Amino acid sequence: MEIKKRVPVKEQAPEMRRANFEEVCLGYSEEEAVEEAKRCLHCKKPMCVTKCPVSINIPEFIDHVKKSEFENAARVIAESSALPAVCGRVCPQESQCEGKCVLGIKGDAIAIGKLERFVADWSRENNIDLSRTLPKNGKKVAIVGAGPAGLTCAGDLAKLGYDVTIFEALHKAGGVLVYGIPEFRLPKDKVVQHEVDNVKALGVKIETNVIIGRTVTLKELIDSEGFEAVFVGSGAGLPRFMNIPGENSNGVFSANEFLTRNNLMKAFKEGYDTPIKAGKKVAVVGGGNVAMDAARTALRLGGEVHIVYRRSKAELPARAEEVHHAIEEGIIFDLLCNPIEILADEKGWVSGIKCIRMELGEPDASGRRSPVEIPGSEFIIDVDTVIMSLGTSPNPLISTTTKGLESTKRGCLIAEEETGKTTLEGVYAGGDAVTGAATVILAMGAGKKGAKSIHEYLSSKS
Amino acid sequence: MFKIIKKRYLAPNIYLMDVEVPRVARAANPGQFVIVKMDEKGERIPLTICDYDKTAGTVTIVFQTMGSSTKRMALMEEGEYFDDFVGPLGRPSEFVEEDIEELKKKKIMFVAGGVGAAPVYPQVKWLHERGIDADAIVGCKSKDYLLLEEEMKNATRDFYIATDDGTYGYRGFVTDLLKDLIEKEGKKYDVVVAIGPMIMMKFITKLTNNYGIKTIVSMNPVMVDGTGMCGGCRLTVDGKTKFACVDGPEFDGGLVDFDEAMRRSAQYKSEEGRAEIRRQEKEEGHVCNLGLEGNK
Repeated sequence: MEIKKRVPVKEQAPEMRRANFEEVCLGYSEEEAVEEAKRCLHCKKPMCVTKCPVSINIPEFIDHVKKSEFENAARVIAESSALPAVCGRVCPQESQCEGKCVLGIKGDAIAIGKLERFVADWSRENNIDLSRTLPKNGKKVAIVGAGPAGLTCAGDLAKLGYDVTIFEALHKAGGVLVYGIPEFRLPKDKVVQHEVDNVKALGVKIETNVIIGRTVTLKELIDSEGFEAVFVGSGAGLPRFMNIPGENSNGVFSANEFLTRNNLMKAFKEGYDTPIKAGKKVAVVGGGNVAMDAARTALRLGGEVHIVYRRSKAELPARAEEVHHAIEEGIIFDLLCNPIEILADEKGWVSGIKCIRMELGEPDASGRRSPVEIPGSEFIIDVDTVIMSLGTSPNPLISTTTKGLESTKRGCLIAEEETGKTTLEGVYAGGDAVTGAATVILAMGAGKKGAKSIHEYLSSKS
Repeated sequence: MFKIIKKRYLAPNIYLMDVEVPRVARAANPGQFVIVKMDEKGERIPLTICDYDKTAGTVTIVFQTMGSSTKRMALMEEGEYFDDFVGPLGRPSEFVEEDIEELKKKKIMFVAGGVGAAPVYPQVKWLHERGIDADAIVGCKSKDYLLLEEEMKNATRDFYIATDDGTYGYRGFVTDLLKDLIEKEGKKYDVVVAIGPMIMMKFITKLTNNYGIKTIVSMNPVMVDGTGMCGGCRLTVDGKTKFACVDGPEFDGGLVDFDEAMRRSAQYKSEEGRAEIRRQEKEEGHVCNLGLEGNK
């Protein structure tokens, strides 16, 4: 049997989109979605579902799409996911659901992500109300952090009837969805805000501008504010630097700072007060999704942008789609080179980045071939801005201000993988705060597990 | 939404506001700061806490108009609301954790420059309420710019004023006055706490280093979130990179690389901003050496 090719999805042309912040991918039309859905084989043992961290019933929702029953499709997804329009855009489907699709063995896997996105967008545009909750049980649960883990956990608990309050440190809910991922990949007002509003529609309260560990401690939430359980989904917010000479020069930013100014504070938009240093020639150090986001943002702000990464293209940790989009847009990839010093002019502003060429040696613990310096191969890239995108680690604020809540040497909260149970009774945790920087969907999976555990814990208590 | 309960004009371009923010008031300690954002388009502005009333649930901020956001903030009136007000951020002053009896034995001198009087005030007040009277110097360019004179006088033992132009108190810089007090009047201090423009903190630290007096400074670099996320506020302390927002804002002045910090604080000064500062300097005949936004 010949396998039909995947229905292609429309995108903004590279030469257009490199100068704007509008969404790159334009999504399927109804006809295209139905056409693509028809390719699904409806396997008896659907492997796609086993690889979905939130276990969406994928064949069932696709079957509804095939029959043009889009509202039913939305209801199927809503049973498992609070953020489908987000996941349809930012999940690494190729290594999860789509990676296990039987169609993918000989041809193109079915475009589960694009279909999920279509269903979520359709349901938003048609104002479908998906908020179904059990009667209130009067039990108060606190969630720390309004990112993917926290929103998911909150949504699941609210559906079960709990009185849920999310405490968010920033002035806006969404976590990495609002400060990290750029508008051209994930529209903020249209998509993120809408999904946050959906969680609120389930009865979840979101108190922004509250920093747990500073404004109020976790213990105070339990002892004086009447919360019976807590889920900590505070993410991994602390940026790493390389600790090379010149790193504190003017014009060296963490990807977090650069992206937060642009995405959360909307520095790219006319009329917003927060400044951003765009840079005419920019080096982004790192090869992950955040590095791609920073590079493509700097490009849109008018710079010539280089990705500087110490391994080769095959080892780039970013999603293939993001790398592909970045290349299309004209990002220059300086691979197999590693920065050793940042050069500055007499006034302390960045004037260049000194790198050394690398070659791949033996595989390291991660299985990837580890880069080795080639002696004497130093060279300089002339740049005026350097953006460090080397990963992030969890903020120690909560663990250091909560007696009995233990964390690892690397600052990650200690929590059981299957339950999210921490070293403190009634306190559960999940997402990047536990694993270190990972993906939106894994955090959501952890949020779901946390909600299940909290439900079991509070049910057994009464 | 956080309501402005009281607004007071303190000096040209400098305003005080009491804002209703019970959670922050309850948790606040001297030395900490807050971040305010007036509306959707506003910048997040870090401001050191000037005072707090745990019963009334209010926090007092003092700010100087510099950029677009602070200028628009100055137009806000009593009864209006800030969109966002978060805190307390950073670590409290070291003495908050110290033994009161030990503290009573120490001679502490506070040195404030310009709007630095605002963050010094909760510190002297905290000590005063516990029976410890510190000395303080407040310096500013001219009599009209002196902040919180009565409040400071009531909460200190010896209170000194220095003005650049000699219109009030000692004529000269706070560094000169401190030097005179130590050398000519034989005053002895165990600790100096200096808060103000970075250049002032740098020179106070240089001076006190000569006498071997431990000196605490409060750093006010540019930052976005204030929780350790952006790293914009990083500075070098004792050869290591620290984040002012979570490791500070107070540090041992003798260990701070002030030149790097001053250079970094110019990072976001736009051409427009620089022009504005030049204009103000011309108008007022005073060289402004504050950071970009905020007065922390």
